[in-house]
Amino acid sequence: MEGKGTYSGYLRHKWIVLMILLLILLAMGVLSLSAGSAALSPGDVLRALFMKGRGQESMIVWNIRMPRIAAAAAVGAALSLSGCIMQNVLRNPLASSSTLGVSQGASFGAASAIILLGAGSQGGSGFIPSISEPYMVSLCAFAGGMITTAVILAISRFRSSSPSVMVLAGVAVSSMFSGATTLIQYFADDTMVASIVYWTFGSLSRASWREIGAIAALSAAAFIFFMLNRWNYNAIESGRHSAKSLGVNVDLLVPLSLAVCALITSVAVAFTGCIGFIGLIAPHIMKRAVGNDWRFLIPGSALCGAALLLAADIACRTAAAPVVLPVGAITSFVGAPLFLYLVIRKGGKP
Amino acid sequence: MIEVRGLSFSYGHRNAIHDISFSAGDGEVVAILGNNGAGKSTLVKCIDRIRIPCSGDVLIDGVSTGSMSRRALARLISYTAQRSECGGMSVFDSILLGRRPYIRWGAGDEDIGMCASVIRSMGIEDLQFRCLDELSGGEQQKVMLARALVQEPRVMLLDEPTSSLDPGSQYEMMALVRKAAEERGITVLAVLHDLNLALRFCDRFFFMKGGTGYGFCSGSDIDSNLMKDVYGIDAEVVMIGGRRSILID
Repeated sequence: MEGKGTYSGYLRHKWIVLMILLLILLAMGVLSLSAGSAALSPGDVLRALFMKGRGQESMIVWNIRMPRIAAAAAVGAALSLSGCIMQNVLRNPLASSSTLGVSQGASFGAASAIILLGAGSQGGSGFIPSISEPYMVSLCAFAGGMITTAVILAISRFRSSSPSVMVLAGVAVSSMFSGATTLIQYFADDTMVASIVYWTFGSLSRASWREIGAIAALSAAAFIFFMLNRWNYNAIESGRHSAKSLGVNVDLLVPLSLAVCALITSVAVAFTGCIGFIGLIAPHIMKRAVGNDWRFLIPGSALCGAALLLAADIACRTAAAPVVLPVGAITSFVGAPLFLYLVIRKGGKP
Repeated sequence: MIEVRGLSFSYGHRNAIHDISFSAGDGEVVAILGNNGAGKSTLVKCIDRIRIPCSGDVLIDGVSTGSMSRRALARLISYTAQRSECGGMSVFDSILLGRRPYIRWGAGDEDIGMCASVIRSMGIEDLQFRCLDELSGGEQQKVMLARALVQEPRVMLLDEPTSSLDPGSQYEMMALVRKAAEERGITVLAVLHDLNLALRFCDRFFFMKGGTGYGFCSGSDIDSNLMKDVYGIDAEVVMIGGRRSILID
C-alpha cells in the first residue's frame, strides 16, 4: 500500500532517534562505570562485571557505581516522563515537576517524615542521612506532591489560566513549601538540619538497591500507563474539546495522569532529593527530535532523561574529583538557563 | 439521521441554550446561524456531549447518545472546533488521530490507507509530512476536515469552519464539506456567520436567538423580516445569477 510505505518511511527516522538514544544511554552507562575517584581501566570494569565478587574493583563497580547508574537512569526517566506528561495534559510547555512545585511539595513531605515522624536517622558516613522508614517517607512525599498537583489542577480549571499564570502559581506553591520546610528545620537539631540540607542538594548515592527497585518498578508501571494512553495524549495535543470529540475521557485522564506523575516524582524525590530541570529539558529536546508525537515522545523522554541525569552524574563525580558534587545543583545550574531560553523564546505560550 | 430533542444547557445560572429541537436527514447540510452569543457553539458542543446538557437528548438513527461511551459516540459524531490547537504534529499524524476511536493499540494498514486516501482526495499530499503549525489557516481547516472524514462519522459538526479564511478558501472549504455530505451520506451541522455562503452550500437553516431556536427553514423562507428579527439588521433578499443572495443595507 502506497500510503503505508510512505508513512513507514516517515516513522523510520523517529525509530532511529530512539535507537541512537538507547545507544547513548548504554555508552553513558559504560563511561559512568569507568569514571570516578578510583581509576578503573575498561579492563578492570569488564573483569568486575563478569567476575562478580572478586577484589576491590568488583566492590566498587557493583556496590558503588552500579547503584548510582541504576538510580540515575530510573530517576532521570521518572522525572522526564513526569515532565513530558505534565506538559501535555496541562497544555503548558513550561510544566515539569520542578517548575510547578511538585518536587518541592514532595520534598516538604519527605522532610516532614524525616524530622517530625522520625523516619530518618543519621547514618554512619558524615552528613549522609539514612532513611529508616522508606515507605513512610515515600508516602509523605507523595502526599506533598499530590497537594501541589491538586492546587495546579484547580488553577488549570480556571478558563483564564495561561501557561505563565500556572508557572507563577507553581513558583508561589514551591516557595510556600520551601518556607514550610525551613520552619520544620528550625525546630530540628543541628545534625538533622545538616542532614536535610544535604538531602535537598539531591544525590544519587543514597538510594539502595531496594529503593532503586521501587523507583524503577513504579516508573515502569507509569511508563506502561502512559504508553497505553499515547493516542489519547496525541488527541489532547489538539485541545481538550477536540480530544473529547475523538473519544478521549479527558475529565478522567488528566487528573489520573497528574496523580501518576506526582507519584513517580514523589518517590524519586523521597530517595534522591530535589533534582531539578531534568523533567523540563528532556521532553523539549525530544520534541525537537521526534516532534509532538507522544507515541515517540514518551519513550524518547524516558531515555533522554535517563541519559541526561547519567551525564550530569558523571560530571559531578569527575569535575572536582575526589569531591563528588551534588547532582541536583548541577542539573539546576545547567537547566535554569535553558528554562529562561524557553520562557523568552515562547513567551510562556504553548 | 440526527434528532435533537429539547436540549438545554447553562453555564452556572446563565442559560446558554434552552429547549432546542430539530432534526436533519442523511447527506443534509444544515447551517446553524445567529448572532454572537446566540448559543450556536454551545449547541454543537452539547450535541457531541463535550458539554453535558442539563436536559434533552440527541438521537442518531433513532438511538439515544446519552448513555454511550465517549469512544462509541466518537464513531458517530465528529467535531471540528472553532479554533483548533495545532501543536507540533505532522499533518498525517493529525489526520490519523481521526482513527483514534477505532484504534486499540496501534494504527493498522486500513487506518493508514484511509488517511492516505483522504489526503489524496483533498489534494494535500504535498503537506502530509509538514508540521501543522507551519500551515496557513485554510490549509489547517482542510486538515481538520480530513480528520473529521477519516473518523467515518454519521454526523459532522463544524464550528465556524470558514472563520479567518479568505473568500476563496471559504468557498473551497464549503465545497469540500458539501461533497463529503453528498458522497458519504453524512449529516453536516455547520455553525456559520456568512449568510450568502450558507445559502450557497446548505440545504436548510437553523436560526438561533438568545439561546433558543428561532426557526428552522429552507432558503426560500429567508426574507428581510427574518433578518431583522434574528440579526436586527435591514437586509434585502435578491436573486443574483439565479441564486438567492442577501444584501445588507
